[in-house]
Amino acid sequence: MSGPARRGGLGWLVRPRSPLDPSPLNMAVSYAILGFWAFVVLFPLYWVFITSFKQPIDVADGPFYLLWVDFQPSMHAWKYIFVDLGHDTFRPYLNTVIVSLTSSAIALILGSMAGYGLARMQYRPRLGSIALFVVSIGLAVAAVVGLGVGWPIALAAALALFVLLVQTIGRRFRRSLGNDDIAFWMISQRILPPVAVVIPVYVLFQQIGLRDSLAALVITYVAVNLPIVVWLMRDFFQSIPIELEESAMIDGASRFTIFRSIVLPISRPSLASAFLLMLILTWNEYLLALMLSTANTQTLPLLIAAQNATRGPQWWYMSVLILIMIVPVVAMAVALERYIRRGMLIGAVKG
Amino acid sequence: MAARDDQAALASLARAPAPVRSRLWDGLTRRLDQHAPTVFIMPAVLVVLAMSIFPLLVSLYLSLSRFRFVKGGFELKFIGLLNYRKLLLGSEQFHFLGTFGELSAAGWAVLGIAAFGLIALLVRYARGEGYTPAGLLWRAGASAGVFLLVLLIVLTNSGNGHPGSLVVTLFYVGIGVLAQYCIGLGLALLCAQNLPGRKFFRVVFFLPMMITPVGIAYTFRMLSDTTKGPFTPIWQYFGWTETSWLVDPWGARLAVMIGDAWQWIPFMFVVLLVAIESQPQDQREAALVDGASRWQVFRYVTWPAILPVTVTVVLIRMIEAFKIIDLPNVLTNGGPGIASESMTLHAYVAWRALDLGGSTAVAYLLLFVVVFVCLSMLALTRPAESEARP
Repeated sequence: MSGPARRGGLGWLVRPRSPLDPSPLNMAVSYAILGFWAFVVLFPLYWVFITSFKQPIDVADGPFYLLWVDFQPSMHAWKYIFVDLGHDTFRPYLNTVIVSLTSSAIALILGSMAGYGLARMQYRPRLGSIALFVVSIGLAVAAVVGLGVGWPIALAAALALFVLLVQTIGRRFRRSLGNDDIAFWMISQRILPPVAVVIPVYVLFQQIGLRDSLAALVITYVAVNLPIVVWLMRDFFQSIPIELEESAMIDGASRFTIFRSIVLPISRPSLASAFLLMLILTWNEYLLALMLSTANTQTLPLLIAAQNATRGPQWWYMSVLILIMIVPVVAMAVALERYIRRGMLIGAVKG
Repeated sequence: MAARDDQAALASLARAPAPVRSRLWDGLTRRLDQHAPTVFIMPAVLVVLAMSIFPLLVSLYLSLSRFRFVKGGFELKFIGLLNYRKLLLGSEQFHFLGTFGELSAAGWAVLGIAAFGLIALLVRYARGEGYTPAGLLWRAGASAGVFLLVLLIVLTNSGNGHPGSLVVTLFYVGIGVLAQYCIGLGLALLCAQNLPGRKFFRVVFFLPMMITPVGIAYTFRMLSDTTKGPFTPIWQYFGWTETSWLVDPWGARLAVMIGDAWQWIPFMFVVLLVAIESQPQDQREAALVDGASRWQVFRYVTWPAILPVTVTVVLIRMIEAFKIIDLPNVLTNGGPGIASESMTLHAYVAWRALDLGGSTAVAYLLLFVVVFVCLSMLALTRPAESEARP
């Protein structure tokens, strides 16, 4: 920021106490910019907070900024959302809590298992087998949508065909993939825009009778977030020393025992990071919920988004809803910031 | 990291009671153990296959067909590439690509600069050490694609052209992510200094990432209101109270970009801050003691050290920014007209109109654009990255 120290009366302003510390002027400028950005971050939150206490007249008459000074706070919006609309507010809230907790937990279990497998075991899937699998499934899809074959029959036929082909010609293929390829394939799922898969997923759930159920949302979120967990946990498992597991293996412990009683206990902080990251992602998810759920399984983001249609710009109600949605995550973020930050970092720095 | 943890784990293992189990169970677990690798990875692979690869194949088929309700159900008719043709050349072209305007002098200038820059990159690669003909071919393809995208942007923004959802999405990704990176890097550099109280800033700057984009969209709608929002005095001072951000095409796009930036600058900030702090400090300190200016330290010490992380965070943010829907849908409703509609929102609008073929075609084109942009970004930045590494 500041150039080399200049001579003159104001030299102390730009001259740091030591070359490593910022100079006083530099510090003042830094604080000003950082303070400004803290304002940028906090002001929208503050505005939502005070708007939730405003009467309609306080909003309509132009901007009022301070509680008690500019206007008298009133709890009418809070009362309306919690008492008058109680059921309509709590159901989406409960849905969101259930969906995000279950899907994060399932994704964590499946993802850390796969991550452990990728970190510690050798996989050599043959390229040929994969190609055969894709061809079989493609044929099944074509049969279902093209010829009108029932999907259970088509799926069973495709699997049978796949097993048959792998047993007969699959062994001739020599080229195979390694662990890194599988891990990369997993993480590359993040590139896939959800909108490209959501319609078939919708139809799929309709076919198996899960449309508009919480289970459908949970399954979808698990699938969407699984790659991140696999990536995070694989990275962490690779970083822990292998000696402990080796000595346990020599003592005759099975892979599962090792995983459950040695590996999982030491990776608790990383598991927490991954879990929190999943929780936040599912808590805030909008597009998939929008396309997969209707009234019964509405989640909070949908409830908030729907306010526009039903109530117009009634900012006071909207602010209450936004607040009750963001307060849990913000509180969690402040309390467990270390863990969440870690989860994001592993993904970004190593990704 | 923690010998204590390891010991605790060993102790808990030793404490576990010796299992007394039937022979059947033993055989079963031995069987399971032999197949442990498969058991570990299969659930995850199956979920991903079932929920993304299989639907992706179905989507491909849907995008090649026309969906219609008929008596007692629906009908899917295979129509080949007609959905794509409609989007790229036909009646939906205005919606997807945009309306083309006359090229102005400034437009020609931008095109010339883009062509020059891309050719310069290619020449630099061809002269570099890691040159291979295949690599050059691949980079030439990437450059041609990038040039086409630039041409599209210039054509839809000059004269009486209007950008469609593809171009708008490219704006969100290009301008938005670039701005987020620059601001995030600036804040991270400031916060990496030896300042008392920086812990406070770190926690505060972290917050917006936690907040649901739908909530952010409404909040920014309140803030951007020119007659009742908190910044009304400022708008009044400039005499802008008669207009609204959301009725002007660029105002609406800007509002979406500001909301997105507000949420994601923290991500850039957090990652870059760690990258800056984890670089070896002795180099930086030696340079400072030797009297290097802070700019020189940044340019020659810090920047090369954080370049790999830069490429990664920008890539991650680009991938996510391509999927943007919450903000345009809630904040501006895609409007005015289609001026702030992203590709995901376009696909959603088509889906709501039961044009399943059109919707999946847009989604597939989005997939192509994302993959293409990411790969070409990697291809075009790699020489710079390897050159910067000592």
